[in-house]
Amino acid sequence: MKKFEYAQPKSIDEVFQYLEDPDSVIKSGGIDLLDLMKEDLIAPKRLVNIRSINQLSFVRENEDGTISIGPNVTLSELADNEIITKYFPALREAARLIATPQIRNAATIGGNLCQRSRCWYFRSIDFDCSRKGGSHCYALFGENKYHAVLGAKSGCAIVQPSGTAVALMSLNAVLVISNGKNEKQLDLNEFYVEPAQDITKETILENNELIVEIIIPKEMRNYKNRYIKLKEKQSYDWPLADVAVALKMNGIKCEEANVILGSAAPIPWKSKEAEFELKGNRITKELARKAGEASMEEAFPLAENKYKIRLFKIVVYRAICEAIGINPYT
Amino acid sequence: MKIDLEFTLNGKNVSIETEPGKRLLDLLRKDFKLTGTKEGCSIGECGACTILLDKLAVNSCLILAGQINGSDIITIEGINEADVLHTLQQKFLEHGAVQCGFCTPGMIISAYALLLEKPDPSYEDILNALEGNLCRCTGYKQIISAVQDSAKEMMQD
Repeated sequence: MKKFEYAQPKSIDEVFQYLEDPDSVIKSGGIDLLDLMKEDLIAPKRLVNIRSINQLSFVRENEDGTISIGPNVTLSELADNEIITKYFPALREAARLIATPQIRNAATIGGNLCQRSRCWYFRSIDFDCSRKGGSHCYALFGENKYHAVLGAKSGCAIVQPSGTAVALMSLNAVLVISNGKNEKQLDLNEFYVEPAQDITKETILENNELIVEIIIPKEMRNYKNRYIKLKEKQSYDWPLADVAVALKMNGIKCEEANVILGSAAPIPWKSKEAEFELKGNRITKELARKAGEASMEEAFPLAENKYKIRLFKIVVYRAICEAIGINPYT
Repeated sequence: MKIDLEFTLNGKNVSIETEPGKRLLDLLRKDFKLTGTKEGCSIGECGACTILLDKLAVNSCLILAGQINGSDIITIEGINEADVLHTLQQKFLEHGAVQCGFCTPGMIISAYALLLEKPDPSYEDILNALEGNLCRCTGYKQIISAVQDSAKEMMQD
């Protein structure tokens, strides 16, 4: 790890002053950041610690019925929060299942949304892969057991590893992003960048920008939501396949459906095919199975990850069933 | 540039001038000579470096000194009264929950954090609390028994 300066701004305004220097990077929990620095994948001149800025740490129910989450809220705090547990079990479950208790006590929701891929070629300084300016993706024809089955054709087979991104996207979350001068609201749907768009970055967040708030719209409280994560081992692990669904139900009829697949593609993947099966129809186990099948219609597995196709079909089915209280195992 | 830090370490107020980018693990081991906290993987996977930061278990290899000003830190050296083992330490010995011992300080701190929050934990609670601590010797069974037994005894006290 290279030497760096450590800035300790006292206010949000002061954070943005530091970020005017392009060699500054934001540090909150610092979990993924230190990982990247230890492998010398990045060598920022200055870390700007926002962890001590309490105004960025909140979960609140607003007067207009929306729920706001500050970027500094830790994954433990999120998983234990009463409002989140009451309305958004999908988000609670996603936060609860990430990493270990020690990491969840330090890692923040803002950082979790921005974490970089766990692809072993990307994470190793020895591989000059396409995401790091090299000429090709080693995973496409290499060791690709944990890589993408969707959206990987454009030269990079990473998967986006954030479980909370999958859950928040199913909840139509909106990010408030600021650079100190201007503030913009952006659907989480538009936050992640596909390799075909720009292979060097996973999110649209610029170096001088900060996520200052995550908003879940009011109507999402009425969506039945569920998140399921499959892992290789029972203890903590990265997801092999994780799925969040949020369904607006009128009796047994589904009026709106969000089906998001995690660890499937370079971005959290909105499965329009699965959503199409559900929307406007009465949900039965048969329909949930059909939606699971549909979620993999466009899949393009690599040599070692065909198993993921079966996993996603099953997890989508289970998540839909469990969201509306059908037992998927009978 | 060095900064001045003031915090509580194992119940005592301490201050030190140090690099803000130093890992908390190094601050504890090298500056304060508290070598009970171990360095295992250095990337937050093994839990050998677990300490309590404001009553929460965290990996000290992933915390930078700059962010601990004003906080309350407890390491394995700080959980017992002078010369008397803490119940958890005693029960780890009795149950043979220690073999090579390298994971033990982190394991005990994670268990300590659990019992602070839930004095009467379920089996599931113990599994979840120790999820971030790897042990390559014992197979975990004795460790879980030691924590169960500690909880039982501490509830009686």
